[in-house]
Amino acid sequence: MLKDFKHIQTAHCENGITTSLLRYHGLDYMNEPLAFGIGSGLFYIQIPFMKINNGPAISFRTMPGAIFKRTCKSLGVDVKRKKFKDHKAARDFLDLKISEGIPVACQVGVFHLTYFPVKYRFHFNAHNLIVYGKNHNHYLISDPIMEDVTTLSVKELEKARFTQGAFAPKGHIYYPENVSEPDIELLKKGIVRGIKRNVRDMLHIPGHVAGVKGIKHTSKQIRKWREKLGPKKAGLYLGQIVRMQEEIGTGGGGFRFIYAAFLEQAANNLKEDKLTAISDDFTKAGDLWRSSAVQMAGIYKGRLSEQKDFDETADILLEIYETEKLAFKKLSKLKLSK
Amino acid sequence: MKKENIPQDKSALENFTRELYYVKNNNGKYKTGLSIGWDIKKDALDNAWGEVNRRIEEARNAVKEGRKSPIYFFIELNLMNISILSGYTGFWKLSVKRHLKPGVFNKLSDKKLDIYARAFDISIDELKNFKG
Repeated sequence: MLKDFKHIQTAHCENGITTSLLRYHGLDYMNEPLAFGIGSGLFYIQIPFMKINNGPAISFRTMPGAIFKRTCKSLGVDVKRKKFKDHKAARDFLDLKISEGIPVACQVGVFHLTYFPVKYRFHFNAHNLIVYGKNHNHYLISDPIMEDVTTLSVKELEKARFTQGAFAPKGHIYYPENVSEPDIELLKKGIVRGIKRNVRDMLHIPGHVAGVKGIKHTSKQIRKWREKLGPKKAGLYLGQIVRMQEEIGTGGGGFRFIYAAFLEQAANNLKEDKLTAISDDFTKAGDLWRSSAVQMAGIYKGRLSEQKDFDETADILLEIYETEKLAFKKLSKLKLSK
Repeated sequence: MKKENIPQDKSALENFTRELYYVKNNNGKYKTGLSIGWDIKKDALDNAWGEVNRRIEEARNAVKEGRKSPIYFFIELNLMNISILSGYTGFWKLSVKRHLKPGVFNKLSDKKLDIYARAFDISIDELKNFKG
């Protein structure tokens, strides 16, 4: 076991990896909202022409890997990453890092994660965990979404590192390097940069399926689903949105609250009160996402089935679109300086 | 959301973990709290599994009636699709599609069947002899 490795539970796996590994290397100010905000994690996209588990492909956060990469880069930390074709090479490299006393992150597929409840084990390949040691034939695992640490056998971890399908991990392993002393000026810079980049991603991304416009796009689609797919399939599609929104520990609602918590911290760090008010806007967006989930549940449980129920769901999404658009516009108008 | 509003509904997370929420405390500041689950999410997950099980039964019938090969059933049983299975076996997607036809399946070599059986984590006999 590595000295002093401390397991930290977070709402989302990649935030957790970033927080735990940077703290391990001495950045003791790091926490989940900061990692998420500096990495410009908040996003929305309904990926066109793609289906996940036979339903719409929607994501409430930026692409896998981006939060870790951006946050490290902003704080002057190098990122090392490696992918493998050969299983043995992947295992040897992991063992080498462990023997050097370096905790590392691995991308894994949930389908083969034996410690997950069976009900959650779909083919989802963008989960991340930390390996912080090895004990005979078992790796010591810190999975950020869990309250406690766990273990996986050598064979089990290998299977999870080489799952197939969309975002196949290919043994992907990554970790920070050259982490310097905590520097508050650098942190402030990182916060400002994170906010500006998130404004860009949510307001100015081209096309109509991503950013705040993407929420409007999904809203429009929901109005048509009942007619187009029939109430049963439309219900399954809505259920999929809720599951994407609220997977274990993460979620559309969840991410909005994390972002609100980030802006609260940013207000303190940058001594900018206006950020506190905007933080409240994101709390409101999070609450609205949760209301939309309750409404969608009414449909997939069969309690609601009329077109007006679909329209009401779509209306909530439209309200979310307006709320998030306004909040990001306010952010874009702030003159933030570190 | 406020701390006292964190849902505490029994869910599939039992004996696994509680999950972390960011919520407001009484002073309007963010802090974290733990939840054992939320019925809204539980229902979405149950609903998704209902659909998975429906597809599995449909696939079982298709094999029983000789319309599809056993591979079709095991794809559904393992929550896969043709592209995931193509990843695990190394066969082209088009080949996998052909192997879903009972006539083509019956002529597959043991070597190929073994590759499929491994992808499904079953024995070659289980694959060959699955009748629906």
